Amino acid sequence: MGSGNGELLNLTLKVWRQKNSKAKGSFETHQLKGISTDMSFLEMFDVLNEKLISENKEAIAFDHDCREGICGMCSMYINGRPHGPKHAVTTCQLHMRSFKNGDTIIVEPWRSIAFPVIKDLAVDRGAFDRIIASGGYVSVNTGNAQDANNILIPKTAADESFSAAACIACGACVAACKNGSAMLFVSAKVSQLALLPQGQVERKERVLKMVQQMDEEGFGNCTNTGACEAECPKEISLENIARLNREMIGASLT
Amino acid sequence: MSQGFLKSSIGKKTVMALTGIFLISFLVVHCFINSLIFFNDGGLTFNTGANFMAHNWLIRAGELVLFAGLILHIIQALILTIENRKARPIGYEMVNGNANSSWYSRSMGLLGTLLLIFLIIHLTHFWVKSRFTGLPGEDANGHENLYAVMQTTFTMLWVVVVYTLAMVSLAYHLLHGFQSAFQTLGLNHKKYTPLIKNIGVAFSIIIPFIFALMPILMYAGVIK
Repeated sequence: MGSGNGELLNLTLKVWRQKNSKAKGSFETHQLKGISTDMSFLEMFDVLNEKLISENKEAIAFDHDCREGICGMCSMYINGRPHGPKHAVTTCQLHMRSFKNGDTIIVEPWRSIAFPVIKDLAVDRGAFDRIIASGGYVSVNTGNAQDANNILIPKTAADESFSAAACIACGACVAACKNGSAMLFVSAKVSQLALLPQGQVERKERVLKMVQQMDEEGFGNCTNTGACEAECPKEISLENIARLNREMIGASLT
Repeated sequence: MSQGFLKSSIGKKTVMALTGIFLISFLVVHCFINSLIFFNDGGLTFNTGANFMAHNWLIRAGELVLFAGLILHIIQALILTIENRKARPIGYEMVNGNANSSWYSRSMGLLGTLLLIFLIIHLTHFWVKSRFTGLPGEDANGHENLYAVMQTTFTMLWVVVVYTLAMVSLAYHLLHGFQSAFQTLGLNHKKYTPLIKNIGVAFSIIIPFIFALMPILMYAGVIK
């Protein structure tokens, strides 16, 4: 497989197993032999699942889709960190070369009251969808699309908005935060629209509604530890949280 | 301001930030007045300052606001902590917090609790005596002799140790709290945020250091 150094790893995997959202889960230990360092973390899980299926056991449920680091579906909490030990990568882009032969790897689902476990490592991130639905949209004119260059946008605003829009809503910020706060996610979604002329119509209403929805979902309160920014696979900046605070205070005062 | 704001997570954090900054401003005044002992003139200058603080009506009114601010800071912190605990009912088997954040930014509640315990001891040592149970006579200028209380209190080694450790807690509490307050208030700017952070670090080291010097130097007999 691939052109790596051909090293094969023997690993001990401690994986969270949980039948459904109501069941009480527990850890299950698996021994894996001959794992290629070229494999992605999810491919390693594929190998394990094939083994489980061949043994007539139930495969481990985990979320994944694009496996290119852009969809935001993969969501494993690996050895005490969301998306594992590497900076700015999603679980699917994490490779087994980041681990050593003989390692024990603990894999847990995102832990948040707002992200109930569906099964094993898959959690329901519908709370994020409900936050977006509450205000993460813009009004658009009907009829023909207007010329894109009609609306002038400063380069710096476009760049900042774009970097906020890079958020893939994976939920690693919530998983990393000791308070289970969703502020980095909400701040990215509020920022990407607040920075653009198209986002001005619902600007005040948006931040009020999205923060209200965030609170109602049960996410914790931000204490500015910066864990979210450090663990974000898309390197969403804490500056967005400051902007969210500013938008919220401004919208509430006026 | 709408009532909804103060009930929102960001509103509660805003209260933490504003009361925090207010308490920081108090530290400046407290540190300045207490630093008058460094004149090493048997406390004459210090007692003059303390006397002014004790009998100026504006300062006394400010003292009430200070206690209100402190209590608000504590209550809001408790509410936020309880909410934050609820946000993760099932914890992780393994957490590598040091990989993504500083231990003191994650330990504000613990540091704050240590500071509260210190504050109770500290208020018993000085504030209760100065306001209620009375001070031991007057100095050469005819001012109430709060300095004499300092002298006797800081002859006890355990007091010096507790005060010094409390100032270490204060330093770490401020190290996170100072810049965090500005972030919460949304005061973030490419040009000024690095400056705020640097001032925060300097403040967090200098103020607790000056405070810690007081019991240490009095115990050591450098300040008489």
